[in-house]
Amino acid sequence: MALLEVRDLTVVFQRKGEEPFHAVDGVSFDVEPGQTVGLVGESGCGKSVTSLAIMGLLPKRATKISGTVTYDGTDLLKLSDREMRDRRGRDLGMVFQDPLSSLNPVVPIGLQVTEVLERHRGMPRKEAMIEAKELLDKVGIPDPDRRLKEYPHQLSGGMRQRALIAIALACRPKLLIADEPTTALDVTIQAQILSLMKELVQDLGTALVMITHDLGVVAGLCDEVNVLYGGKVVEKAMRHKLFAEPRHPYTHGLLASIPRLDAPRGEKLTPIRGSVADNIPWTSACAFAPRCPNALDVCRAETPAEVNKLGRLLRCHNPVVPGTPAAEEVQA
Amino acid sequence: MSETLVSVQDMKVHFPIKRGVFFDRTVGHVYAVDGVDLEIKRGETYGLVGESGCGKSTLGRAMLRLNEPTDGKMIFDGQDFSTLKGEELRKMRRRIQMVFQDPLSSLDPRQSVESILVEGLRAHDLDEGKESTAKRLRELLAAVGLPSTALRKYPHEFSGGQRQRIGIARALALNPDLIVADEPVSALDVSVQAQVVNLLEELQEKFGLTYLVIAHDLAVVKHISDRVGVMYLGGLVEEATSEDLYDEPLHPYTRALLSAIPVPDPQVEDRRERILLAGDLPSPANPPTGCRFHTRCPWRQATKCDTERPALRELKPGHKVACHWAEQIRSGEIQPHEVKPVLVEEDDGLSPDVPLVGPASVTEALNP
Repeated sequence: MALLEVRDLTVVFQRKGEEPFHAVDGVSFDVEPGQTVGLVGESGCGKSVTSLAIMGLLPKRATKISGTVTYDGTDLLKLSDREMRDRRGRDLGMVFQDPLSSLNPVVPIGLQVTEVLERHRGMPRKEAMIEAKELLDKVGIPDPDRRLKEYPHQLSGGMRQRALIAIALACRPKLLIADEPTTALDVTIQAQILSLMKELVQDLGTALVMITHDLGVVAGLCDEVNVLYGGKVVEKAMRHKLFAEPRHPYTHGLLASIPRLDAPRGEKLTPIRGSVADNIPWTSACAFAPRCPNALDVCRAETPAEVNKLGRLLRCHNPVVPGTPAAEEVQA
Repeated sequence: MSETLVSVQDMKVHFPIKRGVFFDRTVGHVYAVDGVDLEIKRGETYGLVGESGCGKSTLGRAMLRLNEPTDGKMIFDGQDFSTLKGEELRKMRRRIQMVFQDPLSSLDPRQSVESILVEGLRAHDLDEGKESTAKRLRELLAAVGLPSTALRKYPHEFSGGQRQRIGIARALALNPDLIVADEPVSALDVSVQAQVVNLLEELQEKFGLTYLVIAHDLAVVKHISDRVGVMYLGGLVEEATSEDLYDEPLHPYTRALLSAIPVPDPQVEDRRERILLAGDLPSPANPPTGCRFHTRCPWRQATKCDTERPALRELKPGHKVACHWAEQIRSGEIQPHEVKPVLVEEDDGLSPDVPLVGPASVTEALNP
């Protein structure tokens, strides 16, 4: 059995006088120990809400969560707040996008690391400090003795993200969720952080859920990739398969619209027309239909069903046939 | 008509760091741009890349004199742009327009699209009667791919990509020669990024524009530019055509930068060798001596690197590099070695030779 099993996770935001909004709409995936699973998509596709729902960090008011999130045999969605608090930080670690706003600005780094150790492992402060120093050293922060006493504003962006990773790893969680961990960082620093995460996953056998919009990051890091659009998984496959032969027009379009460093000069990009704002609800159509170059009449009349074939999950009425050139450019 | 449209000579922008309550004493400088020379030819796209804090945006702004440069000249179409004053400067500015990064904060939320576009035309006396202006506005919107109904709308009614189109239309309105685009696509989703990149390319062909594109994303810059300049800590370290730069990066920093960029292809990703740079970017208020990159350089040598600042020199035609050992690195004579990360102080930019005297706050001044 997988370490984390997410089944039909649905998050609905309901505001008074407004139509309920399905931020996440029946997402399912498994994470095995030591595996890295990627959730990719553009802004508004529901990737961050998925991670917050797993961690139990969504506000209770006006939010309806259904489905199951089974971690090691227990359904996290059924746990009480108190039980969930015991799990967060101990079994489930999380690394957020913006390290400055997720660290407490008025507490020294050292205390923020030892806090987790004291709370979950019942360590006395002194021991925890020694452990914290080792942790900072492990994530590659130079001169950890001094850094322990410093405040978040005294660290650079990359160092802050390392500190955040150290906190997330303090209790050796079996599952780590990283929500855009490198988006706020420069490329050379991003490379440092990604290689650190890869190393840690290999050494500790941690399962990693990687949430990102950057297909390049996914290509290098993830074993299995889930492409999200409008709250649903539209395509899921192992990374080699997905990148070699994207079948969903959205995945295909994303790959065609990214300028590649190794592409010959003068090659035109093929954008996806319109923007996420053009989505239609999934209820009786494919949400991507208004932007899709392959759209048929059936796409606007019927919700495509999930089809699992040959290790690839696909939700599309008219998938891209491998080997054909990118669909012709359509004017927005 | 000369080949070169823009020539920047030894441009420097230093921001003073001020301290004190009663007297604004200058206690140090942030060397944001520290001696940059570059030339942009008519009709080409020049890409400027570098990480945050390397001074690329400041350089772009200093060229337009949105920040007054501390030193250096910019020659625009044969005229010295940096000494123009008042009315002359204002008139010249019509020919150099800018597209900003954040399309929402660079558009006035209380101006309709029509008024945003007309404002520039009025300021430069290009508004010749209602009919011709209306025609011009329709042309502009059509050029950037917006419907003419957009005129009556306000910026908040558009999506990010559409807002960036408005920003581009505003720059186009005045028929400029040069458009400086500062991170034009970095705030947009990837699928929309491609739309804007293609639009910029189309417009260049149609109107014969010259671009200076400033961005941190080397893949975007490589795609759109003819020539690329790589900046590190206030200076250009390498300049080449975009193919050359990618095929044979000569400066150690460019090599590291190129190897750090993820490529959306697992097969490439699995094979690639990464050059991981140790540590962080040093503070531009207290830049390292000699070569600015020597604190993180895996090819650093015992001599010269930490004492002498390398000048940009032409190693092969059209390919300039600022490295003492570029030839030896190229031939493989010098091999990379491990670098221990140097602690970078997130300091307040004080150089150590300025003594701290006087009060630092009102409380300190009142209760010595």
